[in-house]
Amino acid sequence: MSEEHVIIIGNGISGITVARHIRKLSDKKITVISNESNYFFSRTALMYIYMGHMKFENTKPYEDWFWEKNNIELKLGSVQSVDALSKTVCLGNDESISYDKLIIASGSKPIKIGWPGQDLIGVQGFYHLEDLHALEKNAPDNIKCKRAVIVGGGLIGIELAEMLQSRHIPVTLLVRENSFWNTTLTDGESAMLNRHITAQGIDLRLGVSLKEIHGDNLGNVKSVTILETKEEIQCNLVALTIGVTPNVDFLADSTIAINRGVLTNRYFETSVKDIYAIGDCAEQQLPIENRNTIEATWYTGRIMGQTLANTICGNKTEYNPGHWFNSAKFMDIEYQTYGIVNVQPAENHSHFYWKHDDDTMSLTFEYNKNSGEFQGINSLGIRLRHEVIDRWLNEKRDLEYVLHHLNKANFDAEFSRKYEKEIFNLYKSKVEL
Amino acid sequence: MAMKIHDNISMSLAKPDDLVLSLKLKWATGAASIGLGLLILALANIQLPQSNIILIISMLLLSFGVILFSHALYRNHISSNKNNGIWYNSITSRGLQGWMLGLVLTSFYIVLYFYPNLLGLGLNGQENTGLIHLFDALSLNLNGHNATQWFVYGTLYTLAILLFGYKFMLKYQKNRYQQLRTLSVMFFQLGFAFLIPELMSKLNSESSQLPYYDLKNIWPLNYAQFEQGRVDGFLNGSSLGMLLLAFSILSVFVISPILTYKYGKRWYCSWVCGCGGLAETAGDSFRHLSSKTLKSWKVERWLIHVVLVFVILMTVAVISTYLETDALQYWLTRDAFLVLIGALLTVVFSLTMIFKRKELAQDAQYAAIGFFVLILSLLGFHFFSIGSELFFIDAETLRSSYGFFIGSIFSGVIGVGMYPILGSRVWCRFGCPMAAVLGFQQRLFSKFRITTNGGQCISCGNCSTFCEMGIDVRAYAQKGENIVRSSCVGCGICADVCPRGVLKLENVSIIEGLNFPKIRKETKE
Ligand SMILES: Cc1cc2nc3c(=O)[nH]c(=O)nc-3n(C[C@H](O)[C@H](O)[C@H](O)COP(=O)(O)OP(=O)(O)OC[C@H]3O[C@@H](n4cnc5c(N)ncnc54)[C@H](O)[C@@H]3O)c2cc1C
Ligand code: SF4
Ligand code: SF4
Repeated sequence: MSEEHVIIIGNGISGITVARHIRKLSDKKITVISNESNYFFSRTALMYIYMGHMKFENTKPYEDWFWEKNNIELKLGSVQSVDALSKTVCLGNDESISYDKLIIASGSKPIKIGWPGQDLIGVQGFYHLEDLHALEKNAPDNIKCKRAVIVGGGLIGIELAEMLQSRHIPVTLLVRENSFWNTTLTDGESAMLNRHITAQGIDLRLGVSLKEIHGDNLGNVKSVTILETKEEIQCNLVALTIGVTPNVDFLADSTIAINRGVLTNRYFETSVKDIYAIGDCAEQQLPIENRNTIEATWYTGRIMGQTLANTICGNKTEYNPGHWFNSAKFMDIEYQTYGIVNVQPAENHSHFYWKHDDDTMSLTFEYNKNSGEFQGINSLGIRLRHEVIDRWLNEKRDLEYVLHHLNKANFDAEFSRKYEKEIFNLYKSKVEL
Repeated sequence: MAMKIHDNISMSLAKPDDLVLSLKLKWATGAASIGLGLLILALANIQLPQSNIILIISMLLLSFGVILFSHALYRNHISSNKNNGIWYNSITSRGLQGWMLGLVLTSFYIVLYFYPNLLGLGLNGQENTGLIHLFDALSLNLNGHNATQWFVYGTLYTLAILLFGYKFMLKYQKNRYQQLRTLSVMFFQLGFAFLIPELMSKLNSESSQLPYYDLKNIWPLNYAQFEQGRVDGFLNGSSLGMLLLAFSILSVFVISPILTYKYGKRWYCSWVCGCGGLAETAGDSFRHLSSKTLKSWKVERWLIHVVLVFVILMTVAVISTYLETDALQYWLTRDAFLVLIGALLTVVFSLTMIFKRKELAQDAQYAAIGFFVLILSLLGFHFFSIGSELFFIDAETLRSSYGFFIGSIFSGVIGVGMYPILGSRVWCRFGCPMAAVLGFQQRLFSKFRITTNGGQCISCGNCSTFCEMGIDVRAYAQKGENIVRSSCVGCGICADVCPRGVLKLENVSIIEGLNFPKIRKETKE
């Protein structure tokens, strides 16, 4: 009997992780199809190419010989549709390939909400490799691009601001909320980032949104108008980064159930037998605890890939991601989060907040007011040890224990200044009040 | 509600800060060029009046240039983004300028090692001229003799570490580990490698001739450490000499293993060593050029161990020759010495194989081959040697070929000359036998490791890109594995450039390391 053929649509972290782990566990025939790049590269590193820290070559986590050696076939091509009846995927120019099992890992795409002028030259999102090439064309330096306007204060927006600034291009950042990323961060944290971003020379506009993009008679963008103030800002680049959404348009005509993303259960099974979905494009039918049904992060894509490989290879395994964690970087300030920290403390919960005088470091602890149980932590400017915090969450430690042992969770470089004492004293002084 | 936080953002093309910056950079480059130009004039043998004053002016200009340059780039520069555009700059991305710099550096080394007369060294007792003459006054002050090419080289080398060390400290000003280790390297270079030996040689008198001795320069990096001339120097140099000899043996067999056990090889490679010191400071702009391919790792393991075997053989050969020919002078006979070395090698080899087989799975072959080559050679030395002919090889030939191929060509011409092409630690990675010994210890029994922070790695590759030793750090980090690699010099830059706080250099006790509960991360590959 010949081995089963597994086709994976998408060579991002999710698709590649599932492919690698299937290979570890079996001899199945594996084909990975991508319309983006010949080889897996790290999307999270795109910014460093533009900034000149890395070459594209450096963003590839595996050398090119790796795939052939591990007998994973890579195919450049765009899947146009999936026929679940005949179990084939259809690429352009009439090529179709049949599968025994299909894994959809097609990732995300930038959201565009139909702004007037959004198709002008110089207007772009930032997600795929081709967006990086477009940016290199639209904003190679501050002569061609005299000002850039970024619409949306999310993680990608702030990365773009940093990137453009590395080439000395003046940046205006339009943020709809009244404070940067305050849909996720607490007020104190968000306010500190407002100050940091501004101090870096970014023209941060809060509480404003884009009304319209204007072009010149050659079809190039020349300015934008702000909805709230009617102000017109001259610019040569408009980056639309208000968020991403699952990249699943090519499945519209298939029988696979889709909401925003491809709907799956906790085994990543879709509504159609032998078809699975993981990564950014997958949507859990039922939320797992209080996680989002669509998780568009690197780590979850990786964990999903590894989990699904087990299922595909006969060891049916449920998605069980453990405590939430994530990280990001806002210009110079690193951010890590573990467990749950709500913008406003949940019912019966409270926050304990410490901020360093230099305005580049802070910690926010969420805990239960009654039992004291530690729920989660946000950290800005201080590195924390994943293992230790995860253990504390498992052991349901209380806040005082956590603060008392905080040095165990410190992950900053050796000889770094430590703030645990200061933090503990602040806590004591609050308790005594 | 719309609000605007900041309204004094200049809408002009280049921000005023940028103009000031570029102006500063121009001045800095100008000053440094004049400083360098003066040295070149001297090199071209153009008669300069007041050579000692010219030297001072040149050094001041060079210092002023580098310091101003560093300030312009890093001081008060709010952003800690340190490597912007490093792959766009011709000099740091193997562009035309990079190749030209490589050419200049390699030529300098070739002239230095093989044609010092071109630098103006006076041969056969003649007066120095040119560049070397420029340093005569300084040399006279420090050690009481006219300058040699080595004095010129040592001075420039030390100056480079000090100036670029300053630049490095500014560049990594937010990281105290980087600052402290750079201070340490600067201190050891200036004090131990440069000033103390120079001053010591001034103290030498007719009756006691201590060899030129850099205390921190340990065998086998210092391959000439146990040559007859030096050992005799120690032995005749009264009690201080004996002390130094004892220290140099202790540092090989006792001090360095203990320090490596506690801190990893970084205590030497990134805190003390002058070769490492230059690589970290002057070479910092080239660290990302090291190759990360699996192939280069294979080449590295072969090369560095071949050099190690070579240096052991050469040293043993040299020592046993003088033990034999001048038997009366030493209490150790040649045969006793050979047996001693053979026994030592066997003990080390067996212990490793017994206790660390698993860790060494892949390398066991190499180790076995190396071991047997050494033992056979020792036997050969014993049975087939007459006088200075050892095993049909002349010890002196062995020594001089090591000196030529490894000591000069590899460590100097290629090691430093190729900074702009192969990256800053070519010698440390592919050639240095000291690194091989310490790396072996680090791999087998050190508490040092780079810890990976759970599942936080986003596979971006900053760590691998900026690892000067060509270690593919990401390959471990993305799997949630800690990094224990013999070649890691513990420079800490991978951890510094990681945008997600994933890496930390640590000395953990083995127990502590095992104690962490497992959390979600990828399993081993
Ligand atoms: C600039 C940037 C920075 C980021 N930084 C972080 C971060 O710091 N931390 C973090 O957790 N996450 C980050 N993310 C998000 C993270 O990159 C994504 O969550 C992750 O890449 C998703 O992986 P994936 O494999 O699910 O999908 P993708 O990486 O999107 O891969 C899907 C692939 O499938 C291809 N494809 C899609 N449709 C088809 C088709 N029909 N036919 C063929 N091929 C197709 C796509 O072209 C793409 O190559 C960042 C994203 C961006 C854009
Ligand atoms: S692994 Fe990190 S610490 Fe070790 S040599 Fe490479 S960059 Fe330096
Ligand atoms: S720099 Fe950090 S996040 Fe990036 S690959 Fe290395 S360890 Fe992972």
